[in-house]
This record gives sequence, C-alpha cells and structure tokens, in this order.
Amino acid sequence: MYNQMVVRTEKAQRIDRKFHALADPTRRDIVRRALTGELSVTALATSYPMSFAAVQKHVAVLERADLITKRRSGREQLVRSSIESVRSVAESLDQLEEVWRGRIDRFGEVLADEEGEEQR
Amino acid sequence: MTVTNVHKDHEARTMTITAEFDAPIEKVWRLWQDPRFLERWWGPPTYPATFVDHDLSPGGTVTYYMTGPEGEKHHGWWRVVTVDAPRGFTFEDGFADDSGEPNTEMPTMKVRVALMGTSAVGTQMVIETTFPSLEAMNQLAEMGMEEGMTAAMSQMDDLLLELVSD
Repeated sequence: MYNQMVVRTEKAQRIDRKFHALADPTRRDIVRRALTGELSVTALATSYPMSFAAVQKHVAVLERADLITKRRSGREQLVRSSIESVRSVAESLDQLEEVWRGRIDRFGEVLADEEGEEQR
Repeated sequence: MTVTNVHKDHEARTMTITAEFDAPIEKVWRLWQDPRFLERWWGPPTYPATFVDHDLSPGGTVTYYMTGPEGEKHHGWWRVVTVDAPRGFTFEDGFADDSGEPNTEMPTMKVRVALMGTSAVGTQMVIETTFPSLEAMNQLAEMGMEEGMTAAMSQMDDLLLELVSD
C-alpha cells in the first residue's frame, strides 16, 4: 500500500513536470521541431527572439520533464523529442473524448429509439 | 456518425465535442431533463448509471451512481449552475465517496451543454468540458492509467513501434 502511494506520487510529479514544461509556447515549439529528428541547440537558438542561454534553459526544462533527450556531438548539443512522453500529456483529453463519444453514440441511439416508438 | 467535430485545446484544458441529431430540440433536451432517459446513455453498458436526485434548476443537485460488473458502485454528482431550457445548461461534474457525499479531493469538471435547433427536425449539441487545473488533468490521467485502459493502449503503441523499427 505504502509502495503504491510512493509510485503514484512519483508518477504525479513526473506528469506535473511535463505539463509545466509544455505550458510554454517556445518549449512546445521546440518539442514539435525536434519530433522529426535531431536538432542542434545552436540551430534552435536562431529560431527564437531570445538569447542562446534562454533557449538552453528551455531545453533543460524539457529534458528534466523527459520530453526531449540531449546528447553531445563534438561542440554541438543535439536534442530530439521523446515521442512516448509527449503522448502521455494528451491522454487526459483523449480519455475525455472517448467517454463523451460513447455517451453521444448512446444518446443518438436513445433518440432514434424514441422517434421510432412514436412513428409506430 | 452523430459526432461531427472534436476540438481539444491543451492550453485552455477544454475538450469540445459537437454532434448532430435528427430530432427536434425539445426531444434532445428531454434526454438531459428526464433521469430515466439519462440512465440509458450516461454510463457505458458495463457501468450503467442510476440517478438518485435530479434537480435541473440553477443551484440544483443531481446525484447518481454507476454499477460495475462486480456490483461495485461509483458515485458522482452534478451541481447545476445555469439553465436555459431547452437550449442547454451548465454544471459541475464531480466524484463522490461511497455514501454519495462529494469527494472534495477529486477534481470537478465544468461542463457546458448547448443545444441549437438547426431545422424543425434537426438539433446540434455542443458539449464543452473544462478541466479546472493542470493538477486535475494529471489526477484524472492517473486514474485512467490505474484503470489499465491507457496502459493497454500504450502497450499496443509500443508493439507497433517495435514492429515499425524491426
């Protein structure tokens, strides 16, 4: 029971970090760009009206949230999105969609049944 | 398909789903207004809902429980905020404990139901659901994971990824 709670808390913190990381438009953009392949932080830095250091900070937040992975190649830092992580952020809205799709399907069936009853 | 559009806004934490029905607005409204009708669609067939209180007026309370395959009961409640029959209403949708008392530790969702007659025999229904906070989203995502639904889905995705990378 105790272990289960620890696991749950850790999981919650992990998800918190992801939501926090994705709450910023620049960071979302970085994740989007880095989805298709590795990008250098230098190249990223030229895309935004901010300093290299500021972009590096964004990258660090994303890395801590496990949304991107970073590796060194010579003098370059290369980042890549970890798709698995990105997927889990959208899960709560996806689940909600599933619930409501089910409800609306049944809603339509009940309506159709009622309409049929009246015409009989 | 009755669902014509789904829009998810991650920043605003809302999910908006639009559906079209071949029925006049009054009949569509009746499926919300009459608890015996609500029971036929609110819960999935494996978790049918039973509505206990159903006061669809501003400030009114609706309480219900869903009965699972093992006979276990999951309680829920709505707090009705505004009503504009038959054009819709807004409510808060929350969880309750085993005695039916609202569980304040669980997140509540804001739901807006808007009905619009598109013709004498056609109605559009828009449902907008808002998560109160990021924390609430996390919490519900966690619950979904516990239910194993998401776990099963990500396992499937992992399998697919493996297949693709082979």
